This record gives sequence, C-alpha cells and structure tokens, in this order.
Amino acid sequence: MHNITLPSPHKILQVVHETQAEYTFRVQCDAQVDHGQFFVLSIPKIGEAPISVSAQGEGYVEFTIRKVGRLTDGIFGMEQGDTLFMRGPYGNAFPIADFKGKHLVVIAGGTGLAPVRSMLQYFYNNPQDIQSVHLIAGFKDRGCVLFEEDLKRFAQSFHTIYTLDDSQAEGFRTGMVTNFVKEIPFGEFADYHVAIVGPPVMIHFTALECLKQGVPEEKIWVSFERKMSCSVGKCGHCKINETYVCLEGPVFNYVKAKELLD
Amino acid sequence: MSYAIGSAGMDQILAELSKKYRIFAPKQGKQYIRYGEVSSVGEIVWQEKSHFSPKEVFYPIVQTLLYFTDTECRESEIKDEREILLFLRACDINGIRRLDQMFLKNGGQADNFYQRMREKVKFVLMECAESFETCFCVSMGSNVAENYDLAVRFPREAGGELAVEVKDPALEPYFAGQKPCAFTPEFIRENKKQVQVPAISSRDLVPEIHALPFWKEFDEKCIGCGGCNTVCITCSCFDTADIVYREGSRDGERRRAWSSCMLTDFTTMAGGHSVRAASGDKMRFKTMHKVYDFQRRFGEENMCVGCGRCDMRCPKDIHFSETIHTLAQEVERLKAEQGSKEGGYANA
Repeated sequence: MHNITLPSPHKILQVVHETQAEYTFRVQCDAQVDHGQFFVLSIPKIGEAPISVSAQGEGYVEFTIRKVGRLTDGIFGMEQGDTLFMRGPYGNAFPIADFKGKHLVVIAGGTGLAPVRSMLQYFYNNPQDIQSVHLIAGFKDRGCVLFEEDLKRFAQSFHTIYTLDDSQAEGFRTGMVTNFVKEIPFGEFADYHVAIVGPPVMIHFTALECLKQGVPEEKIWVSFERKMSCSVGKCGHCKINETYVCLEGPVFNYVKAKELLD
Repeated sequence: MSYAIGSAGMDQILAELSKKYRIFAPKQGKQYIRYGEVSSVGEIVWQEKSHFSPKEVFYPIVQTLLYFTDTECRESEIKDEREILLFLRACDINGIRRLDQMFLKNGGQADNFYQRMREKVKFVLMECAESFETCFCVSMGSNVAENYDLAVRFPREAGGELAVEVKDPALEPYFAGQKPCAFTPEFIRENKKQVQVPAISSRDLVPEIHALPFWKEFDEKCIGCGGCNTVCITCSCFDTADIVYREGSRDGERRRAWSSCMLTDFTTMAGGHSVRAASGDKMRFKTMHKVYDFQRRFGEENMCVGCGRCDMRCPKDIHFSETIHTLAQEVERLKAEQGSKEGGYANA
C-alpha cells in the first residue's frame, strides 16, 4: 500500500545565512517543481511543516526558513551533509504559462519573497519570456533584507522598488509596499498579471490597493500560508470554507481568494 | 438469512468469531459508555447511547505513524492482524462514510494509516429500540443504514432471544444450525428532537452568514475545550508530533493525535499567526463545515449525522442541534431580506 505521508531522506548541500533569523537550505532533490509549490519538511524529534521552495536547479531545491516556532528552531542546528526528511512537492503553482509574453508585477512582503523567488529567477534568466517585470519588495528593516545578491541582479533587469517599513538605508525607500503600488504603470500595460505574497494582512491590503488602482480582480494572484499537518487533504487545518489550501492552493486567483473567509 | 439466538448461544458464536475478529462494542466504563473489546453479549451496552463514537476503534486517539533514526524512516506496523467486528448504530455507519470521504477520497489519494485499519472493519448494525434524548438523525437523513454485515436486535425482555440478520456470506458459517427467523432491522423514523437544517441556497449568502451577530453569543459561552469534536463520529482532524526516545538522539517516532477546530492553536503557525481567535468564529467554522461546506465540497450529504453526542458532552450546555436550528432560521431571514431588497430595487 503506497504511503502518501512517508517522508524520504535528502542530503543538505549548503546552508546560507540570509539574515540573523533566516537561513537558506539547499537540499539534494531531483523532483520537478513548479514555481510556488512547497514541500513538507520534517526533522526527527520536532515535527513537520510546509515550506515554500525558494529556488530550484539541477539536482537541488532551496528552502528559506525563518527562525520562529519549534520546527524552524530545530532546523537551524542542521549543517551541510546532514539528512533532512521531506515529502513533496505539494500544491499548485503560479500560472507561469499565462504570465509569459505579458507584463508581470510581483509584490512581496518579507519572507513572502521566498515563494516567488524561483519565478523571478526564471524570468531574470529568460527575459525573452516576459514583456517586463515590476518588483516591489518590502522588509521590516535593513537587517531583515533577504536574497541581497538576487535583489541586486533583479534591479539590473527588472523595474524594482525595495522598501523598508519605517527606517532608511541606501537602495531602499521607506514605507509599506502598499504605498508604492500607485507607481506601477498599469495603464501602460497591454496585458499583465500581479502576484502578491506575504503575511495575510499585507496580502489583504495590497490587493485592495491594486483594485483601487484599477487592476481587475482576475489579474491578481495570491499565495496563502496556513498551518498544515499533512498537506494531502486529511488533517483539516488548512480548510477555509469548502476549500483546502494544500490541495487547491496555495496559489489562488483573487476572484476565488476574496471568497475564502477564515 | 436471519436467526433467533439466545444470549448463551450468541456468546458461543462471539467466542468462535473472536478467533478471526476482534469484537468491539459500546461498554460501560467507570464514567462513560465507550468502545472496547467484548467477548459476550452481556458486556454490550445497547440500552443507552454511547458517550464516545466508534471511530477510535479504527482511527485511534493517538497512534504511531513512523519510526525514525538519523538516516532512516519506516512505517509503523499493525500489532493485531485480526479483522474487526464493530457493533454500531445506523447514524455511526453513515458517519463513517463521511470519515471515509475525508481519509480515503479527499485529495484523490487514500491515507494509508486510516485505510489499513478501516479495511479490517465489518459493521454489526445495532437496531435502535428507541430514539434517545439528544438524537436528531432523522433531521439529518442518517437514520437508515443498509451497509452492514450483520444486524442485531437485542432482546426486549430479560431472557429473550437476539435476532440477527447475516448479510455477509463470509459470516454465515458461524450461524449454521441456528433457528431461522424473519428479522430485518427497523429504523428510527421520528426523533423527539426535530432540527431544521439550513437551506443555504446560494454561495452569496455565506459572507452574510459569517457576519451574523448570532455567532458572538458563543464568544463567552464556549470555552473551546473541543469535547464536541472528540465525541463526534464525523470529526477527522488531527495533529502530528515527533518525539525522541532520549535526549541527544534522533531515534524517535512520529505520532498522530486527534485535533479539534475549537482549540486555540488549531490554526497557529510558526511565528504565532492564527485565524479565528474568538470562540464564536470557531463555532461558525465548525457549524458551517457540518451543515454546508462538506456537502458543498463532496456534493452528496451533510457532514453532521445527528448522533447528538456533542450535546451530551458540552460542559457549557451548548446544544449543537439548536445551533443548527437557529442558523437555519437566520438563513431564512437573510433570504427573506434579500428577496425584499431585490423586490424593493425592482419597484424603485
């Protein structure tokens, strides 16, 4: 009998300290992963949690994990060469095929950058596939800035606005991401999509701001984060109305997302 | 075939069956009537409703799923390979169909740990002699069950015979030589409690239902103990947690334990974010799942089967049957308001 929740061992290839509280783990993995999917990571003696893929390449996937909660504290002690148990990938993905040939706007708050990072890397490496990319990335303060090298590279090819919530630093503006949505020239785009990722409150207000700027609901895509114990539609934690985030999400078009009332 | 069998004769049959089957039925414990293994008719409590549902027989409250070492992970084994005969009522047979929907079908793949136990179970329908105080199975349409392997009518008077219908051919040999009779089980057709089920005719009503002030009544009243979920035959949610055998080692196991949407941390993620903080919001979530969301997702029946155990269990005297009933009336009010609004616009 096939066991859908049995994890398999994977070697940790590299650990990168992004910030004091956020590490990126590169893990050996040959799975085909779509942009926006997640794995369930487990560390013996601690437990399981769903973690987004923050990058992928030949033979590996990366996870960027913030040091909060019991599971993530345990993973921070792991090093290159250690074994990580995991299963996946799970969930749907951003509809990259629909995005191709159009303009793309990505608005990310904090660790919300992780689930869109692989998609941004794809369009950075394949500029012929997209008309333009506008990226608004917001962080709490300078110490919380993630993927610095990527942000520098993205700034060369994309239209970028990097911002800190309420402090100042070179290369960053000050204010919440919602303040900068009006600077996106939606009116000039023949066709486009918007991806919003971040904490629930940030998603909520950013989507409202986009609507205010005239963005039609069906062009907005969001990625939900919810507690999950199984990620295969059994444990019940991620259910909202009749929808299971692990099965039908985590990426939802706003037309559907606005109906999902916790 | 059906047979009339004295208690002593039935005990002999149970003894023979127990070589191949573990036999579970409601038993009187110190405080509660709860499912346990039985070997005689006399142990089975059929005159009253069990406080706990039969789900714990094949979906344990806590179970070990996996064993870990540093580099390996292996699935737990089932200790007793015997099949299971489970004495239960019609509402519970219908409830288990809801559990099967979640564990075997939702997401398109079966949960291995549930399936391997569930496959062992044969149903022995216990005919209900009467409808109990908190039952509302008729309102929920779950008073009748045809999916059973045996059906039993317990003797209505002391020293009387049991009537047993055998549906499963594999069980016929155990009844060879018994006195045939013309028994088929009867079902409860009317409960003392009649509950109106919400008729949510349009998805558009859902945001309005969410906003009903009615839910706020539960903010103070419900203490979020999760007792209602624990005794429910259709609640399936669980948590997993890993434990290690000794400090400094990675040898350990992953356990699954029942969870409850009424508990504070049901949605809490690493970092502390959670949704539905107030008890009223949790009650709304549970109620909508039981009488709308499940049916909307799977398209057949509501989740709640009206067994009424949650009403018996609640330490704060919250009656779920009344919650459903009141919601149904609120929904009718919302529909009437919408109707008159539309009418008003049309006239304007």
